[in-house]
Amino acid sequence: MTGADAAPLVRVENLKQHFGARGFFGRGPVVRAVEDVSLDIRRGETLGLVGESGSGKSTLGRAVLRATVPTAGRIAFDGEDITGWSAGRLRALRPRMQMIFQDPFSSLNPRMTVGDIVGAPFVIQRKGLGPAERRARVVEALATVGLPERAADRYPHEFSGGQRQRIGIARALVMEPDFLVADEPVSALDVSIQAQVVNLLMEVRRRLSLTVLFISHDLAVVGHVCDRVAVMYLGRIVEIADTRTLFADPRHPYTEALFAAVPIPDPTLRRPRVKLEGDLPSPLAAPSGCAFRGRCRHALPACAEIVPPLRAVGPGHAAACIRDDLALASPLGFPVPAGP
Amino acid sequence: MARPAPTGPVLDVRGLSVGFADGRAIVPAVHDVGFSLAAGETLALVGESGSGKSVTSLAAMRLLPPAPRTRVTGSALLRCRDGAVRDLLALPDAAMRRLRGDEIAMIFQEPMTSLNPVHRIGDQIAEGLRFHRGLHRRDALKRAEGLIERVGIPDAARRLRAYPHELSGGMRQRVMIAMALGCDPAVLIADEPTTALDVTVQAQILDLLKGLQRETGMGLVFITHNLGVVAEIADRVMVMYAGRIVERGGVVPVMTEPLMPYTRGLIASVPRLDLRGGDMVSIPGTVPDPRAPPPGCAFAPRCSHALPDPCDAAMPALDEARAGHLVRCRRWDAIAAGDARGAPVPEVVS
Repeated sequence: MTGADAAPLVRVENLKQHFGARGFFGRGPVVRAVEDVSLDIRRGETLGLVGESGSGKSTLGRAVLRATVPTAGRIAFDGEDITGWSAGRLRALRPRMQMIFQDPFSSLNPRMTVGDIVGAPFVIQRKGLGPAERRARVVEALATVGLPERAADRYPHEFSGGQRQRIGIARALVMEPDFLVADEPVSALDVSIQAQVVNLLMEVRRRLSLTVLFISHDLAVVGHVCDRVAVMYLGRIVEIADTRTLFADPRHPYTEALFAAVPIPDPTLRRPRVKLEGDLPSPLAAPSGCAFRGRCRHALPACAEIVPPLRAVGPGHAAACIRDDLALASPLGFPVPAGP
Repeated sequence: MARPAPTGPVLDVRGLSVGFADGRAIVPAVHDVGFSLAAGETLALVGESGSGKSVTSLAAMRLLPPAPRTRVTGSALLRCRDGAVRDLLALPDAAMRRLRGDEIAMIFQEPMTSLNPVHRIGDQIAEGLRFHRGLHRRDALKRAEGLIERVGIPDAARRLRAYPHELSGGMRQRVMIAMALGCDPAVLIADEPTTALDVTVQAQILDLLKGLQRETGMGLVFITHNLGVVAEIADRVMVMYAGRIVERGGVVPVMTEPLMPYTRGLIASVPRLDLRGGDMVSIPGTVPDPRAPPPGCAFAPRCSHALPDPCDAAMPALDEARAGHLVRCRRWDAIAAGDARGAPVPEVVS
């Protein structure tokens, strides 16, 4: 689907992640959280993953890190197939792949000092580091995220939300990873603080040449941070392109609707709204054909027949929609002429 | 206490201050906040976490812990259905219970924690109607079904029997709105009602609230930190910082010609879809600790326009800079006149 100049750092092929196949009393319903996703994450790029709650974006992020055992498909990291690796074998790989979580309150242990939290990966990895050297590495990681050395001796509750998110980033960086999964890293923060954390992430990514999977529901933040963007809907990727192409020329009606729903801080602007009615369908019982058709203003009877494949619509740009005849609104041209 | 007032605002908050007991000390959370709300009007209350916007509304609803744990002064005058104006802060508890959920209602950010997980949503909506209107269960459920339909939940009769966990976040927020509107309140306070929702669902809920407001003429106090949402829903805006009003006025003047540097910073830090590149705009630093406020203007330590004199000298007053546009900044006119230092006013996306 995507042209690979160099070998990608992460390659996902036909990944399926289902949950709850076995209920307490035998077989329960199956939640198809991720359904047939193929994706490359290139070395040094930041790939955005956007979609509504329940679209499977967090599940995909965790699956890529092999935090779960995939139901089907293949995950390769740096050329090695890690799909079937044991926990012990994965542990040796863990320092190279790290995660930043959404909630800076529940993701830090309140009983540990910040120094112990940030230094915990060394303990888990059983690195033979002396206390002095471990301390030095922790202080270095804290300095990278703009926190002073004395922060190491304090507890998480003494910090604000933005500072706690910096601590979470320091913990992810202390092992000097190649690959970072950032799952909604700024969604829980105030807007004024959001920007501080986004700018910090962008700066450390440049400095450490990180490859990042940036999961967010906020397309504006994704537009700032990411080189490419994949849009997920009900477990599938429905559109993927480099960021500018996706913003300038969205080809899936769901992408258009996501853009149109972002509120713009200008009360004099009265842009036409592409309204998205209803909710994401349940992953327990996905509709036949295109999962989006029930909410799509462009749906045709043919949309109920097959799941539209993700197919190329331009260089490095693929979309899973059978309609080629649509002129969808781009957020770069607001206010846009009303759609057909 | 009750006196007839056929015209004027439906809600008039005056000189509201709130402090929380911390040992023997009182930590001030809200200082001298005042605003009025007309029927059919939407006032947005904007600010960061800890700015006092939620405490202001909880104080008006009498939902804060009682004295001596909190100290609330000031008044919140509500014009009731019978034409009487009542001070919510002076009512006995029993009278306040009769008013709350009837004449003035509130919805919250997280609908899952606001709904009772072990009761069917029909009964939860009906509860208010039974308490305030004395309806029997069957009549109340009938009304609840109508309310569920009105807030755009399909298949209302079946949904009455659903439990909260069977609904999506957006549907749960619709249930909360149905509960709040059951008794046709004059004022609805919505505390970050869309913050926990997806943008697509947020747009639906904003439209629903706007439509219901047009139908009922209720006044809406909308608390949010998202200025994009403010632009979509508000008639007037009140920006709070460190427990004080720092700017207040019509939504167009406040958002297109903000006078307070804090408001400018908030507007500039909203991420936009324009792919302009470069760093995102942030406001450096964090909100001050209410136990140790800065000596002068509370925003001065984060403000690129601040000068030792006058900003650090004393807390600026809330001045009427232009008709109906208030600002708490000693330097607003110098800044508006083109103070070259600091961030320029963000351009309007067009």
